[in-house]
Amino acid sequence: MTTGTASTATDVQDTFPKRLAVLARTRAGQPAYREKEYGIWQSYDWAHVAREVGLLAAGLADLGFRRADRLVVVGDNRPRLYWSMCAAQSLGGVPVPVYQDSVADELAYVVEHAGARFALAENQEQVDKLLEIQKKVPSLETIMYVDPRGMRHYQGLPSWVEVQERGAKRLAAEPDVVSSEVAKGHGSDDAIMLYTSGTTGRPKGAVLSYDNLVWAAEAGAAFDGLRAGDELLSYLPMAWVGDHIFSYAQGYVVGLVVNCPESASTVMTDLREIGPTYYFAPPRVLENLITQVTIRMEDAGLLKRRMFQYFMGLARRVGPSLLDGRPVSAVDRLLYALGNLLVYGPLKNTLGMSRVRVAYTAGEAVGPEIFNFYRALGVNMKQLYGQTEASVFVTIHPNGEVFPDTVGKPVSSVELRIAESGEVLYRSPGVFKEYFRNPEATNDTKTPDGWVHTGDAGYLDERGHLRIIDRAKDVGKLNDGTLFAPKFLENKLKFFPHINEAVAFGHGRDFVAVFVNIDMTAVGDWAERRNIAYASYQELAARPEVYDLIEGEIEQVNRDLAGDPRMSGAQIRRFLILHKALEADDGELTRTNKVRRGFIGERYKPLVDALYDGSASAHIKVDVTFEDGRKGTIEGDVAVRDVAPQSALRKAS
Amino acid sequence: MSSRSRVFTETLLSVENISLSFGGVKALTDISFDIRKGEIRAIIGPSGAGKSSMLNCINGFYHPQQGAITYKGVRRSQMRSHEAAEQGIARTFQNIALFKGMSTLDNIMTGRNLRMKTGLFWQALHLGPAQREEIEHRKVVEEIIDFLEIQHIRKVPVGRLPYGLQKRVELGRALAAQPELLLLDEPMAGMNIEEKQDMCRFILDVNDEFGTTICLIEHDMGVVMDISDRVVVLDYGKKIGDGVPDEIKSNQAVIDAYLGVSH
Repeated sequence: MTTGTASTATDVQDTFPKRLAVLARTRAGQPAYREKEYGIWQSYDWAHVAREVGLLAAGLADLGFRRADRLVVVGDNRPRLYWSMCAAQSLGGVPVPVYQDSVADELAYVVEHAGARFALAENQEQVDKLLEIQKKVPSLETIMYVDPRGMRHYQGLPSWVEVQERGAKRLAAEPDVVSSEVAKGHGSDDAIMLYTSGTTGRPKGAVLSYDNLVWAAEAGAAFDGLRAGDELLSYLPMAWVGDHIFSYAQGYVVGLVVNCPESASTVMTDLREIGPTYYFAPPRVLENLITQVTIRMEDAGLLKRRMFQYFMGLARRVGPSLLDGRPVSAVDRLLYALGNLLVYGPLKNTLGMSRVRVAYTAGEAVGPEIFNFYRALGVNMKQLYGQTEASVFVTIHPNGEVFPDTVGKPVSSVELRIAESGEVLYRSPGVFKEYFRNPEATNDTKTPDGWVHTGDAGYLDERGHLRIIDRAKDVGKLNDGTLFAPKFLENKLKFFPHINEAVAFGHGRDFVAVFVNIDMTAVGDWAERRNIAYASYQELAARPEVYDLIEGEIEQVNRDLAGDPRMSGAQIRRFLILHKALEADDGELTRTNKVRRGFIGERYKPLVDALYDGSASAHIKVDVTFEDGRKGTIEGDVAVRDVAPQSALRKAS
Repeated sequence: MSSRSRVFTETLLSVENISLSFGGVKALTDISFDIRKGEIRAIIGPSGAGKSSMLNCINGFYHPQQGAITYKGVRRSQMRSHEAAEQGIARTFQNIALFKGMSTLDNIMTGRNLRMKTGLFWQALHLGPAQREEIEHRKVVEEIIDFLEIQHIRKVPVGRLPYGLQKRVELGRALAAQPELLLLDEPMAGMNIEEKQDMCRFILDVNDEFGTTICLIEHDMGVVMDISDRVVVLDYGKKIGDGVPDEIKSNQAVIDAYLGVSH
C-alpha cells in the first residue's frame, strides 16, 4: 500500500483499510498477527500486514474484483484469511466469512445468496467444496487458495502467491490502483456480511457497516480498558461475529495482537504458549476445560487431590469477592495467597489463563457453577450478551458487578427496552444495516426507529442488570400453568461433566421430560474406572449404570428447582439417554452448537411419545450424515426412566 | 474410485530371480519384478506368501541365496541394509518399531540420523556447526510434522499415542530420511476406516508432493486397488501375478489363491 499518496484520505479513519494505512506508519514495527510455522511462532508487524494486504488487493483488482463484489472466505483462523478481508475491503468489496465446517450444501446457499464471484479457500479441503458448489452456482467465478499442499493437479486456480505476484505487477504499472479505491470508502459502506447460524430456517446474511464495527470495537475496548498490545488467541470461527469484532475490528481499532492457533487440536497448547490477556470462550469450551481438569484431578495422587479440593473450596468462597474488591478477612487472604502459589497459579498456567485481564463468555447462558469456577481462580470472567445484529455488544458485566445470573449492564450508547411480551429490544450505533436480500426479515427484526427484537425473553433487575430467561418463543407453560423455560433446565443439566447436551420438553404437557446426551470423554472415563465394558457410544449410553448416574444428577437438579417456588413445578419427571450424540451435521445443533429443539422433537418423535405415554422403552431409527458426507442410519432401543420429584426439605448450606 | 492410470518408464529397482530360504523352508522362489520411478507399487498375497521377506531382501535385512537386485543401475547380489539406507531406501515395519519413551518429534528426528554430519565433539558441546545442523534438521522434521498433521502430538511420548497415530509417526520417521524409495509394510493394518482413509491420503500425498516411489504391502484389497499403480501378487513364495489393478482383479490364479481352490 502506498501510504504517501493515501495520507489525505486517511485523515478520517472510518474504514479498516484507511486505519491500516495509518497503523502501518504509527505501529509499523509492532506485532499485529502471530502464527506458528513449523512449530515456531512467527510475528507479522503492521508494516508487513499493510504490504501483504496491498499486494493481494492489487492482485484481486487485476482479477477483476470490483466495488461491492463479495469475497467468500472459508478456512480456519489464519492471518492470511484475515488479511484477505482487508484486501477485499480496500477495493470497496465485502468479505463474507463462512463457517469452515459447513457441508457443501450450506456453503452453496451462502455463496449463491451473497452473489459472490470470488472465494478464497484455506486449503484443498475447502477448494474441493467450492469446486463442487461451482457446478451448481456458476456465478462463483474465481476460487483462490492459500495452502498449496495437494493442489498440484488443480488447473487454473490462482494461489495466494500468484494473486500477489499479479498484484505486484499491477502496482508497478499503476501505483494507486488500491489506494485510490481505499480513499473512496466511507464509514457507512457495507463492511462485512455475516450469515447467522439460524436456529430456524435458512441463514440470514446480516450486513454490518464500518460505522457499526468501529463503534463496537471502540465501545467494547473502552468498557474493559483494552489497549494496544493486548494479546488474543483467535480460535473461534471467523464467520462468527464475536471473532470478527475481537480478532479483526479491535485489531485495527485498538491494536490487539491476533494469535492464530496451529490447528484446532493444538488450541490448548497454543493458549499456554501465548498466554493471552484478552480471552473469549463459549460456555461449551469452559465446560470442557472443567471436565478435563476434573478428570485429571481424579487421576492425581491423594495429596494433590486433597490440596485441590481444599483450595478450590476456599477459592469458591473468597475468590469472587477478592476479584470484586469486597471485604475478605486477613486469614482468608493469606490462605488464598497460599492457594494461588500451590493450586490456582499452576492451574491457570495450564489453562493458559495466567495473564488474562478480561475474559468473556457468551452465546449460551452459562451455569453459575462453571462461571464461578473461573472467577474463583482469579480469572476476571464476565458474561457478555450480544448478537450479530448488534455488532456483538449489548450488555457486559462491569468490573465489580459480576453476577452469574445476569448478563450485565448495557454498553455505552446501548438502549434497552422490554416489550410487553417480555422480549428484550435494544438500539445502538452497532445495529446492523439489513439482512442481505431479505427486506422481510429485516422488517421483522428491526423497527423503523432502529429497535431490534432479540427474540430473547428477559427483564431488568433492581440493580439495572439484564437477566435473560430463555428464547422468547421457547418459554412455554405446562398444562397446570407452571412456567417452563427449557434452556434454563438444560443448562442446569449440562453443568454436570457427564452430560454434554440436554433437550427439555414440557410446553403444553403435564410434566417436564428430557433427552440427555452423555459426554463420551467423561462418562467413558467414569465407566472405565468401574470396569463397565462398552464398545460404542450407543452401547455406553444404554448401560443401566449410566442411567443410574444420570438419574442421580437429575435428582440434584430437581432438588435445586424445588428451592425456587416459581420453578418447583417444572421438575424433571422422566428422561432418556439418546443413543447418538447430537450433531450439527445432522441438523440437530446449529453450527454454533445450540440445540434445535423443534427439529429434534420431530426427528425423535417416537422417543418423545415414549416420554409421555409411560412406556419403559422405545425403538428409534434415524438417518445420520457422516463427516465425509456419506449417509447411514443408526437404530436401537432406548430406555426411558422415571425420576422422583423432590421437595425443598432443607436449604443448601 | 477407480484405479489410476499413470505411465512410468524409468526403472528404479528391479529384482531378478530372487530365491530365499531359511534352512529347508523356501520363503521366496525365483521372484522377478521391477519398481519404476514415481509409482506406487503394491505387493499382495495371503499370509505367509513371502511379502515381508521380499521387502526385507530389498532393504538388505535378509540376504537371498540366489538372484540379483539392481537399484539405481547398480547390480548387487545382496543389498546391505546400511547401503540401502544411504542410497535412499526407507521403510516402516509391520509391528511398529518406534522408541516408545521418546516424543514424536525426537522419534522423527532419529530418521535424520544418517544425514547428520558433525562429529561427536561438536554434538556433545551442542555449539557452532552442531547447533546449526540441528536447526536445519529440525526444519525438515517440522515440515514433515506439518505434512502429516501431527502438530498436536509433537511433544507427546509415542507410547501414549493411539495405534493409528503411531503408524503415522513411523511414516514420518521414514520420510525424515527423504527417501527415494519408501517401503511400507502393512501401513494400514489394524486401523479403522477413518484412519485408513487418512493414511491413504498421506501415502498419495507423499507420492504426489515429493515424487517418492512407494512399494507397499497391504491386505486391504480395496485400498490396494485404489491407490496402487501396479500390483505384484505372491503366493507360497512364488509370483503368481503382476500388472495394473484391473488385470490383477481378473487374474484367475490370483482369485484362486485368495478364495482357495480344490486341487
